[in-house]
Amino acid sequence: MFKSLILILLSATASGQIAVKADLLFPMTGDLKPIKKAIVLCGPDGKIEAVGSNLKIPAGYQTITAKVATPGIIDAHTTVGLSGILNSPQHDQEQLDKSAPIQPELRAIDAYNGRDPLVKWIRDLGVTTLHTGHSPGTLISGQLMVVKTNVPSITSIRDTLAPTSAVAATLGKGALSKSPGTRSKAIALLRAEFLKARTHATKIAQANDDPEKDAPPRNIKLQTLANVLNKKTPLLINAHRHQDIAAALRLREEFGFDLILDGASEAYLLLNEIKAAGIPVIVHPTMARPYGDLENMTFTLAAQLHKKGIPFAFQSGYEKYVPKTRVVHFEAALAAAYGLPQEIALAACTLYPAQILDLDDKIGSLQKGKDADLALFDGDPLETTTHTTYVIIDGKLVSSSAK
Amino acid sequence: MRTRKLLFLALAPLAGLLLFSSAQDSSESDPSPKIKAYTNATIYPVSSGKIEKGTLLIKGTTIISVGPSETVDIPAGAEQIDCTGKTIIPGLICTHSHIGQVSGGDSSSPIQPEVRVMDSIDVRDTSIDKARAGGVTTVNLMSGSGHLLSGQTIYLKLRKGNTVEDLTIKLPDGSLAGGVKMANGTNSIRESGPFPGTRGKSAALVRQKFLDAQAYQIKRAKADPEKPFERDLALETLADILEGKRTVHHHTHRHDDILTVLRLKEEFGFKVVLHHVSEAWKVADEIAAADVACSIIFLDSPGGKLEARDFEWKNGAELEKRGVLTAFHTDDPINDSRWFLRNAAIGVRAGMSREKALEGLTLAGAKMLDLDKSTGSLAPGKQADFVMLSGDPFSIYTRVLETHIEGTKVFDLANKQDRLFAEGGYGAGHNRKAAGCCFYR
Repeated sequence: MFKSLILILLSATASGQIAVKADLLFPMTGDLKPIKKAIVLCGPDGKIEAVGSNLKIPAGYQTITAKVATPGIIDAHTTVGLSGILNSPQHDQEQLDKSAPIQPELRAIDAYNGRDPLVKWIRDLGVTTLHTGHSPGTLISGQLMVVKTNVPSITSIRDTLAPTSAVAATLGKGALSKSPGTRSKAIALLRAEFLKARTHATKIAQANDDPEKDAPPRNIKLQTLANVLNKKTPLLINAHRHQDIAAALRLREEFGFDLILDGASEAYLLLNEIKAAGIPVIVHPTMARPYGDLENMTFTLAAQLHKKGIPFAFQSGYEKYVPKTRVVHFEAALAAAYGLPQEIALAACTLYPAQILDLDDKIGSLQKGKDADLALFDGDPLETTTHTTYVIIDGKLVSSSAK
Repeated sequence: MRTRKLLFLALAPLAGLLLFSSAQDSSESDPSPKIKAYTNATIYPVSSGKIEKGTLLIKGTTIISVGPSETVDIPAGAEQIDCTGKTIIPGLICTHSHIGQVSGGDSSSPIQPEVRVMDSIDVRDTSIDKARAGGVTTVNLMSGSGHLLSGQTIYLKLRKGNTVEDLTIKLPDGSLAGGVKMANGTNSIRESGPFPGTRGKSAALVRQKFLDAQAYQIKRAKADPEKPFERDLALETLADILEGKRTVHHHTHRHDDILTVLRLKEEFGFKVVLHHVSEAWKVADEIAAADVACSIIFLDSPGGKLEARDFEWKNGAELEKRGVLTAFHTDDPINDSRWFLRNAAIGVRAGMSREKALEGLTLAGAKMLDLDKSTGSLAPGKQADFVMLSGDPFSIYTRVLETHIEGTKVFDLANKQDRLFAEGGYGAGHNRKAAGCCFYR
């Protein structure tokens, strides 16, 4: 009854601006500590107008109250929108093409279905931004992009926050098949491909400098890899075993790309090396299954990375079967039970992924001028029994399902 | 259900005696079993109301008293364990688990009642250690859902044993407690025979097999006791089902598949527990009318296949509303046993009462396995199967501190090796070393 009244009120002012009034607000700024009795004003442009505890809500604003409010949740790595709810290769599994081991030219924007029910499922739970695209499973499976969960179709690259946010690579058992059939062969293939891309990039540069020289024929595969080598696009390497993580570090040293470590089950064995390399880690889902290359995973990995001062974020990852998507802040919640402070767990699915994706000027925290993306809860956002009451993207209410 | 009445006749009425014999049972041979008092704990006995500051008193393998601390007399000489700030709940019962490298039927036929899962179990597999770390004390180890009937399941207490026999539950007639795994829907449908290609064919194959079992029962009853009777291991198992000696644990997702199970039950009169029941919310009235129990699972999202597309978290609440006996299961490795408590928390999130959610992890499951007289709640006379928690059972921040089975501690977070299984880390995927032995995988 109460809820339907609110809905009526909301629909009456659907075009109006929203003011969020929270008993406890996590703006995810400064020391990350929450502020009590805070208000967030959403502007007509979808940006945050003001945040504070002494604000007055101007006339005409629709006020939504919540016990707890956070920035919209960001999933630092998922395949949602490419891997759909039915898990049917004929219909909705677009996350992996295994016809060749190295295919950086496969774009996420060409495969994303924002209308898949899983997108709504996680949006209703508070997830507002996805870093999604091609899954682990081949040496280089394709590209990733950043998109908000209120975008049903990619009609233009402007519908994304980043159309090519990273190129997805995999090292270890997960990338092996008939060929590459061994770890050494996998690295040899990758190195050879990067050398080709370097030559390609050099030829383009020479042609640009010298009108006498012809540019090489356009090659979207090599161009994508050249962008990695030129640090325009980071390489996200999924690696779980310590020797695979070490191989990723060696590749980075040799080719000088921006590396994001992904999964990284055994990163706790190489904390010093990862810290020294200054690279971020998108940790495997806390509830990932501890088999195969993940057999030595620990629920304390996030806490250990935090303690070491290594930048990290949580991901929902990719599941071949069920749950067809995980929920990224549920994964953060479990890490909080294993030694990660609560506000850090929340930061690792809001501010930290925004920083790793280089989008923290827009999303991940609640500050004037940033996107008005918020998740509202009726209790501690990390508690399983808490409901997500409202979700706001770009200043507009996108969910009131109280799920 | 196995001759429960007989069991009761055989039972000594006094508390302190075991209801089922067990391999590690020492209370009868030990003239003075140890008495332990767990004091000042928040206790959820499940079969009675929450106790804010309570004492759990156990003698040997058995609970002798549970109640508010001021009402429980602690005998002289008892070991006292102060549990201030801690919570004690009954040992968790998982009605559907695949830990211990369990396997069942092969690809030779869709119905294989002669196959026993107990012949496949590795009691040293780390998945069993991890289940103990999650507070699981009793499991129904099941074969898979890729068959209409994939084998005889076995109920195990997760005692620290050397062989699978050390973990089994012996019934008064000498047999081992267990059920039968059946499935319908897409998992057991395959493209080529002898497996069914449609749902209609699936049901027909199963019905004919049960009719065969009925004929077998008659043949067996009429057989000349003087002459050797040619046993049929498959039909014998189905006859056990028809005679109520084995419960059918039936994997089913979609509403129409659920109703197919209810029709089978109606036709053949066997005892059945519905498992997973993704679309329970669509046919909750029919399930309630059939008086059938449900063992449900909570996943973090729907889908993974078409028939699980409409899975909803509200299943627990909808079943509770209609008075359906409802338990949870891990389906480990689908959900890791270490997150089993989380199932109940999602149930509460979607409208279940805290009481029924906790019951769904404990007593309700015990009832489905016909083990509720011996485990599933904290009450005098029951086996001392309990879990010590750091806090509220529904809070994500709560950790399992200790797991006890029949009075023996089988998991202790303070123990380094146990902690490795609880949290993971290097070596957590390797089987536990055999005690006193040099061999290590």
